[in-house]
Amino acid sequence: MRRLGPYLKPFIPRMSLGFLVKVIGTVVELAIPWILSYIIDDLIPLGEINPVIVWGVLMILCSLCAWFGNIIANRMASAVARDFTRKLRHDLFEKISYLSERSVDNITIPSLISRVTSDTYVMHQTVGMMQRLGVRAPILLVGGIIVTLTLDPVLTLIMVATLPFVAIITFVVSRKGARLFKIVQSGSDSLLRVVRENAVGVRVIKALSKSDYERERFKKVNDDLTERERTAEKTMAIINPVMSLLLNLGIVAVIVAGAYRVQGGQTEVGKIIAFMNLFTIVLNALLAINRMFTMLSRASASSARIFEVLETPIELYETEPHFSFIPENAPHIAFKNVTFKYDKGSFAVKNLNFELKRGETLGIIGATGAGKSTIIRALMRYYDVADGAIEIDGVDIRDYATPDLRAKFGVVFQNDALFKDTIRENIRLGRELSDDDLTEAAKQAQALEFINAQGGFDGEVAIKGANLSGGQKQRLLVARALAGEPEILILDDSSSALDYKTDSKLREQIRLNHADATKIIIAQRISSIMHAEKIIVMENGEVIGMGTHDELMASCELYREIGRSQIGGGIELGEATA
Amino acid sequence: MSERVKMKKTAIIGRLMPYLMRHKVLLAAAIALTIGGNLLALAGPYFSGLAIDSIELHDETGRVDLSGVWRYAVIMIVLYILSGVLSYMLTRLMIVISRKVINRMRSDVFNKLTVLPVGYFDRNQTGDILSRISYDIDTINTSLSHDFVQIAASTVTVLGSLIMMIKISPLLVLVFAFTVPLSIFLTKKITGFTRPLFRKRSAKLGELNGFVEEMISGQKTLRAYSQEKNTVAKFDRQNDDTCEAYYRAEYYGSVTGPSVNFVNNLSLSLVSFFGAILYLKNAITIGNISTFVLYSRKFSGPINEIANIFGELQSAFSAAERVFRLLDEDPEPSDSPDAYELNGAKGDVALDDVRFGYIKGQEIIHGLSLDINRGELVAIVGPTGAGKTTIVNLLMRFYDVDGGEIRLDGHPIKNLTRKSLRLNYSMVLQDTWLFNGTVFENIAYGSESATIEDVERVCRACGIHEYIMTLPDGYDTVLDDDGSNISKGQKQLMTIARAMLLKSSLLILDEATSNVDTRTEIQIQRAMRTLMADKTCFVIAHRLSTIQGADIILVVRDGEIVERGTHAELMSGETFYKQLYNAQFA
Repeated sequence: MRRLGPYLKPFIPRMSLGFLVKVIGTVVELAIPWILSYIIDDLIPLGEINPVIVWGVLMILCSLCAWFGNIIANRMASAVARDFTRKLRHDLFEKISYLSERSVDNITIPSLISRVTSDTYVMHQTVGMMQRLGVRAPILLVGGIIVTLTLDPVLTLIMVATLPFVAIITFVVSRKGARLFKIVQSGSDSLLRVVRENAVGVRVIKALSKSDYERERFKKVNDDLTERERTAEKTMAIINPVMSLLLNLGIVAVIVAGAYRVQGGQTEVGKIIAFMNLFTIVLNALLAINRMFTMLSRASASSARIFEVLETPIELYETEPHFSFIPENAPHIAFKNVTFKYDKGSFAVKNLNFELKRGETLGIIGATGAGKSTIIRALMRYYDVADGAIEIDGVDIRDYATPDLRAKFGVVFQNDALFKDTIRENIRLGRELSDDDLTEAAKQAQALEFINAQGGFDGEVAIKGANLSGGQKQRLLVARALAGEPEILILDDSSSALDYKTDSKLREQIRLNHADATKIIIAQRISSIMHAEKIIVMENGEVIGMGTHDELMASCELYREIGRSQIGGGIELGEATA
Repeated sequence: MSERVKMKKTAIIGRLMPYLMRHKVLLAAAIALTIGGNLLALAGPYFSGLAIDSIELHDETGRVDLSGVWRYAVIMIVLYILSGVLSYMLTRLMIVISRKVINRMRSDVFNKLTVLPVGYFDRNQTGDILSRISYDIDTINTSLSHDFVQIAASTVTVLGSLIMMIKISPLLVLVFAFTVPLSIFLTKKITGFTRPLFRKRSAKLGELNGFVEEMISGQKTLRAYSQEKNTVAKFDRQNDDTCEAYYRAEYYGSVTGPSVNFVNNLSLSLVSFFGAILYLKNAITIGNISTFVLYSRKFSGPINEIANIFGELQSAFSAAERVFRLLDEDPEPSDSPDAYELNGAKGDVALDDVRFGYIKGQEIIHGLSLDINRGELVAIVGPTGAGKTTIVNLLMRFYDVDGGEIRLDGHPIKNLTRKSLRLNYSMVLQDTWLFNGTVFENIAYGSESATIEDVERVCRACGIHEYIMTLPDGYDTVLDDDGSNISKGQKQLMTIARAMLLKSSLLILDEATSNVDTRTEIQIQRAMRTLMADKTCFVIAHRLSTIQGADIILVVRDGEIVERGTHAELMSGETFYKQLYNAQFA
């Protein structure tokens, strides 16, 4: 919670002003019952109507004043809550945009999403409520105690003596509460995960008729979350009754002590009666303050989750380049003894060495999980290598400013993302590209025809590209990658849903129009990579063969096996004459 | 159902009530506890009054009746402890009730999700769905159960005070005949005005969540194109909108409480004013005025509270509306009442004059008839994006035919329960889907009785067993949220293994193996052939061997089935198939 300080600081002037207005509203409101008792006790018995009218009008004026004051204060509080949330959410989202992949893996995507949404929402509510409740209650509490002090300091001390106990209870319980609310939040993450999985996997679930199973699965997380919520709330529930009890016992003590003091002639009965009235005010104020503490417990759990993200250092994102010159005659891309590890597993790629000249094509083939996609992630610096170095134009990629580095690439990932937006924006993706550029890219990607059928570039892409077929999605993604005239073009399994005819046309277009681009193609079909200048065959994170198609057919057992099965063996006869 | 048509408030309340009413007994207990608690709270001051009287009642010697004071002090302590226990019980009870209500509501929403047709999930952002099951329901919870008890309990107080006030002075009560309608009118006006604002607020939050979900999930791509800044700018626009919608709702919503308060203060002023007049006319005593004021406070207090609650309820209502809208979505049409189960079908499939179109009036299958015997292979071929999955959608009844009939083993499938129909198929889709569970659970998904040996067997057959054994916990390895450590190919293999495990006589393959790398593919091909051996297979085919071996080939173009026949038949004329074949395989 302490870390919120800098976020709240800019609002201190506005909050103070709001507080002031609220104070006025509260004080005026408290004057109303006072005036009322004055009218009834002192004025009416006089039997004159005029003073009653004067004070009655004053009372109405006070009411008006309280009315406006409270509305204004509430509105100011809402405005502060709005601006605070806007800033916090902005910072959080921005931070997430720059987090390294490793950090994203650690926190997980669903949890990040819920931090931006549900946790900032809790913070919003808290900041609003704190301002609304945060003034009235303390004023009543402090005001009440001050008045009792003027009445009888000794009796006041007796009453106030209960406050430390109240404070301790509140403190201990709400600390425990904060911990419990954190557990609640993680339970809520699990619940949302199951719902998300069901939304995404609806076809499989329906095909396998697993709805009942999924309901069971949901019931488990739902019950679990409910249990956690209940535990947290139960814990907090102890505060109110105990607090009331303590204070009530305090007032009994006041009466008893008061009786002795009246006996001793140190105080009067009237003062004890006044004490009783003030006491109600103090108690209500304390209860309101406690409500704030409950809210704060919740908020501190959310705030911890938010700041965990905000305080994660940004890795792998350089804003400035760290090199002074580009060596001449360096290969375009060079992997030097690269070893790569993911946090959770063993090494994914070991001792990888290769060089590519500008305009060359590298094909990567190999078994599932052999480390093909890892090479791309390392090259684009989503993760840093564990050992060795990757160079582009002879400069270590760690020395580039990250945007400069990424600007070199046009890439289609496995299962790449499409966004709910126009077709134009999905291809353009925020870059400064003209419609002509986009048309050209779409044409090369064999996508123009279906784009026109979808209503041209202004046609909408539905959520998750649901209105496009698998092949259309892939072509749109390829168009996106080609549109920026990239220096390096990466296609990771980006034509699996294309038929052979479209696939070969696409390859030809790339060959003709992107001759200068260095291309890295990861594929399952040998036909997609057999013309590459260099082909890498991977198995279990290691390169077991490197060379041209012919060389590999001669030297690499695995490649030969793949080749035989695809070209000679007849599984995919289509490649026989390619 | 259009989102634009707004639901009536009474309709919303009418639908919320059953959730509460399920816990009638608990609620009654809660109300009883509240009233009991109120009475005890009132008794406290009564005895403290007596105690003070004892202090005052000292005799001529100036002695206080200390024993009386102590007596009442003890009674008070007992009362307070009792009231503490009571209020703790009440809170606990309310927690139990509200948690049950929420648990139930979440289950209802989720269960609804499980019966919604596939199309719903294509049309709606996951983030928005999530927002309904979490925030919206939480928002309802914040007010619902607590406020209900509050209102119910305070009705008693309001009625009691009213009766007492009428007893004292029916004339003065007339003041309330003016102010109570006034505050009701004000509340109504304000809430009528703020209602759309609160609805907008909920909708905006849903939108924001949808956006965040989409952007964070697609982050890798956005980074590749250095779109961090642009995305943040887009997010800011959404965020600003959402915050502004919140502010506007609160801006007007915050008027309610102070306004009702104002009316109450106004009525106090009027009471004292008219009271003074009545006093001057000797129609009332000072003591009566004072008591009347006390009761009028008790009377207007709850009314004030209720008005405030109504303000709060605005957001609950908008949230409830969103939840009910989801619950009102049309589910997959239910099975016909006399639908029966067909388990372990042999695998004869017949299509009889089947007509179908996704959009009304746009028929894309015009009277298709097919007779497929057990063990036969149907290949569906056509250019990318031609709509090859339509047949699959019909066979599994993700969609219903518009005309004609599909039969399985001679049973019209519309007479079968969807569940039993679908269980007769095993299916490998292009989009792999794994959930957050162990490898074992994911593969055994769909075959409840599968043992680890069964799972290992199919994994060996798919050639993924060795890979799974290299995972930290083998088959007990829990797959991450996004399966981030597992490549597409491995996921694909797992879903193939999942399909192999199902003991069904019909198989649907949707371009599935095209993503599996070539070497593993060879193994899979072998395994698949065994798997396909005595199954009726529908394959969205890319492979020549599959196509050539097919008993019937359906050629799909622009969504329509344009040709059908065996490979030899189709190659013998000037067909679209031949064109396609030559382009792809020649």
